[in-house]
Amino acid sequence: MSVKSAFHFMSLFSDTKAILGGFRITLSHMLRKPVTIQYPEQKRTPSPRFRARIVLTRDPDGDERCVACYLCSAACPVDCISMQSAEREDGRRYAEWFRINFSRCIFCGLCAEACPTMAIQMTPDYEICKRDIMDLVYEKEDLLIDGCGKDDSYNFYKHAGIGVTQPRGAGLEESKPVDVRTLMP
Amino acid sequence: MTAFYLDIALFAAKLGLVFFVILTLAAYLVFAERKILAWVQDRKGPNRVGPFGLLQPLADLIKLLTKEDFVPAAADKWLFYLAPAMAAIPAILIFAVIPFGAPLTIAGRQLPLVVADLNVGLLFFLALSSIAVYGVAIGGWASNSKYSLLGGIRGLAQLISYELSMGLSLVPIVMLARSFSLTDIVEAQATVPFIVYQPLAFIIFLISITAECKRIPFDLPEAEGELVAGFHSEYSGMRFGLFFVGEYINIIVLGGLATTFFLGGWHGPLLPPVVWFSLKTLAFAFFFIWMRGTLPRLRYDQLMHLGWKVLTPLALVNILVTGWWLVLIR
Ligand code: SF4
Ligand code: SF4
Repeated sequence: MSVKSAFHFMSLFSDTKAILGGFRITLSHMLRKPVTIQYPEQKRTPSPRFRARIVLTRDPDGDERCVACYLCSAACPVDCISMQSAEREDGRRYAEWFRINFSRCIFCGLCAEACPTMAIQMTPDYEICKRDIMDLVYEKEDLLIDGCGKDDSYNFYKHAGIGVTQPRGAGLEESKPVDVRTLMP
Repeated sequence: MTAFYLDIALFAAKLGLVFFVILTLAAYLVFAERKILAWVQDRKGPNRVGPFGLLQPLADLIKLLTKEDFVPAAADKWLFYLAPAMAAIPAILIFAVIPFGAPLTIAGRQLPLVVADLNVGLLFFLALSSIAVYGVAIGGWASNSKYSLLGGIRGLAQLISYELSMGLSLVPIVMLARSFSLTDIVEAQATVPFIVYQPLAFIIFLISITAECKRIPFDLPEAEGELVAGFHSEYSGMRFGLFFVGEYINIIVLGGLATTFFLGGWHGPLLPPVVWFSLKTLAFAFFFIWMRGTLPRLRYDQLMHLGWKVLTPLALVNILVTGWWLVLIR
């Protein structure tokens, strides 16, 4: 037997072994327990930071957090957020109407990241299929929830320091405004 | 006169039963394939329609029947209509010569459990499997699509190449059994199945029939990764279903033939002959599905290399060796 044919013979041997090894692996998988989750009956619990249906939250005092700053709308890569800003008697801004088109939303979470007031937040509720595509356009009353969502102690106006909900200087990280006249020499 | 009618009734019953069993089995083989492939991939497979998904074949049938029967605008209409039948009918006809059980004795007369005991049964099988090639070739040609045509050409080349090694691997069987009749071949294996004498021929035959029923790793005529769906890309609805069912009937029939030629047909201890035959045939079907879950597709040149440079010479050498051996032991 020449060297070359001996080599061929060895490769026949190792090839056969390799093929049979493949058969062994598929057989062992056949006998393994499937990893399938039977969806409508079994549901996996998504993690709290799962990105699905979007909500608008309220601050701990029960007021709407959203100040209609349009940052979420600007951040959204598919332009599916639209709103109209307005101002209350006391100077606090709010959205007159606020609309998210979930049929376009790609659940990227950029809106939630952009929001300075933690108003807009992602929730793990992923079951929002609808028969009619127009039902996926959520208005403000569909989006607004009663709770605070994830950051339940955060209140934008307590930190921002503009005198809307409290007099100037009454915020958490603020000191009282200085009366410049007292500084005179 | 009554004897004559009795014969006809028995024969018709046998025919109807075989037809029904094969078609049902083919439908459930589709289901079994989906299940087993799912298990290989750690999935569950179809389990929604009926208990354990057992009514899935029925749902598939309804789906196929209610789909649009689409014919491409520039297709050769009549050949396009004819091709699926040409793929499925030869497959089911081959089963006519396979003995699937020991002869029964009903009301004092012998009823051989084979539809037609031809004395050239083996040649009949080779001839019909050659005709089945036309289904692929014509289907690919008549669709008037480049993918179909490529699939059809590949199918033609592949089936012709592997038919050769398949035929040659069966010659030692004929030499051992001294008959072309499948009933005689089964009788000759009453004590020892031929796989013991002819392991090489068995392996060549197994590889060739896998190529013959166009299954992975020899599914080049379909090759969904390259040719959409190959020769049946343009088919829809029940015409596609006919190609599909034809493939599974082919699996059953070729499994049955491998059983008949190498595993001793319906011979076996304890269990009734029909059960032995079914078990062996279904084991082949399982093996085909298992192989589909395991092996990747061969490249075209590898396919031709294997067929012409390996299997055919090996089969020829095998015939020679068998011949010498038969002369020596005489
Ligand atoms: S998750 Fe992304 S796509 Fe959806 S509304 Fe927010 S920014 Fe737009
Ligand atoms: S949800 Fe947040 S980012 Fe969007 S407008 Fe309201 S405050 Fe601004």
